[in-house]
Amino acid sequence: MDEARILAAENLSLRFGGVRALSDVSFSVRPGEIFSIIGPNGAGKTSMVNCISGRYRPSEGRVIFQGQDITRMGANRRAALGLGRTFQNLALFGHMSVLDNIMVGRHHLMKSGFARGMLYWLGGAEREEVLHRRAVEEIIDFLEIAHVRKAPAGTLSYGLRKRVELARAVAVNPKLILLDEPMAGMNLEEKEDMARFIIDLNQEWGMTVLMIEHDMGVVMDISHRVMVLDFGRKLAEGAPAAVLADPQVRRAYLGEADDVTAEA
Amino acid sequence: METGLLFQLVLNGLIVGALYGVVAMSFVLIYKASQVVNFAQGEFMLIGAWACWWLLTYWQLPFWIGFPVALAFMTVFGVVLQVMVLRPLIGEPVISVIMATVGLSIFFQALMKWMFGVFAQPFPAIFPVERIRIMGLEVQSVYLLSIALSLMIMLGFWWFFNFSKHGLAMRATAFDQQVAQSLGISVPQVFAMSWAISAVVSAVAGVVVGVVSGVSSGLSFYGIKVFPAVILGGLDSVVGAMLGGIIVGVLENLAQYVDSQWLNWGNMTNIAPFYALIIILLIKPYGLFGTKNIERV
Repeated sequence: MDEARILAAENLSLRFGGVRALSDVSFSVRPGEIFSIIGPNGAGKTSMVNCISGRYRPSEGRVIFQGQDITRMGANRRAALGLGRTFQNLALFGHMSVLDNIMVGRHHLMKSGFARGMLYWLGGAEREEVLHRRAVEEIIDFLEIAHVRKAPAGTLSYGLRKRVELARAVAVNPKLILLDEPMAGMNLEEKEDMARFIIDLNQEWGMTVLMIEHDMGVVMDISHRVMVLDFGRKLAEGAPAAVLADPQVRRAYLGEADDVTAEA
Repeated sequence: METGLLFQLVLNGLIVGALYGVVAMSFVLIYKASQVVNFAQGEFMLIGAWACWWLLTYWQLPFWIGFPVALAFMTVFGVVLQVMVLRPLIGEPVISVIMATVGLSIFFQALMKWMFGVFAQPFPAIFPVERIRIMGLEVQSVYLLSIALSLMIMLGFWWFFNFSKHGLAMRATAFDQQVAQSLGISVPQVFAMSWAISAVVSAVAGVVVGVVSGVSSGLSFYGIKVFPAVILGGLDSVVGAMLGGIIVGVLENLAQYVDSQWLNWGNMTNIAPFYALIIILLIKPYGLFGTKNIERV
């Protein structure tokens, strides 16, 4: 396995009919870093995440995860390999309890097949479930959602639902977690909480993070490296400060603003 | 007023209704997991009943071996049907998929007639006692088995959806396939499993009906009764399907009582559920427990 990169996109292009969502984009994510993709609306950020998570098949190019070519692999097998994700528009199972939502994330880690599940108490399925429940409780504690664990996910406030969605993605036990706008629509306090969770996930849980985020203040604060997309092309990649200083980036994305944080 | 007859009919209604409910649950299972309206649900019952009958009469197997073997066959049958016929249709318009299941229904009707003939065949006797009396009411012993099996299946469904890994995966898939996949769930596997379970559960109901009144192609008429049951309960509600089935069962027996006592129109048993279906569609088109935004087909 290539030590310097956990994930690599090589010359990725994605076309929908005549529309080029991504054109020849290459980048790599190093193990243990927080890597952010920024860019204006329609720049292809979510398309990129969808190519990585397996929702879209790129028209050209390859996606390499931990040294393995996963370009043609189904989304569920990628999840089993250690790729977790959240969605831009909340995608919780609204009628299910918070606990059940998170338990779904454990699905691929549970070994008990259908037959063994039928013999619940004999086949060790119960012991296994206890183990998974413990792992889920740990995630619940970490994300501070213990008080709503039995509530139907659809009844929660927006900020809490975002947190539950993160918890569900964490439950997959990913090595790399893809976060599509984790802070969109949040107030300042919720954003600060979320930023803290992402940093803890990265530092204490050892997860590599790839995120899309519009809030430039947060991106600059917590990212190790940043990539800028514009009209499906890569404009720049590097440390946040260096990327911000890039005149091309300032022109395309930040509209020549002097105070970049004001853009947020 | 003959109260004795009334009680007997209500009891029959509950027993038959539980069977309708079981078939309706297996119909809803497929609809929930894969959004397919399965018009061949009655044929699942028929095939299961014929398979069990064949094992019991041709191979002379005892019921307790023949029945599980028939169910094992139905598991394979459900998976094969999903993989060969329904999987290629994923992404096709709803009407194409419905036409395919209608086609399956006609095909299996004809196939069963070709293989086993058009005459009703009685099951070999399974119970030493034909019927027993409980509190003055006559109950066929197979109906007791039927009630027991229905209850077991209901409990089984409840456990499956709330506590098992695959049940949770199925609920997740029903809600959003893309998200389910991103969490490591194989959607084709969930589809295949839902068809397998549905085929098995329908076959159980088919065997019970077959034991009571013999196996013939008329058995798949039970599959038609599923529609008033699921429309009443809501197309995507498992609990609703069960209740809908019981209500339809009681309703048709009550209709028969009213008919025999006062109206004397004849054949109300078969028609009443469909009158109910029309009325429900007019006043409560999403059923008692259905989701509001689902599309009616």
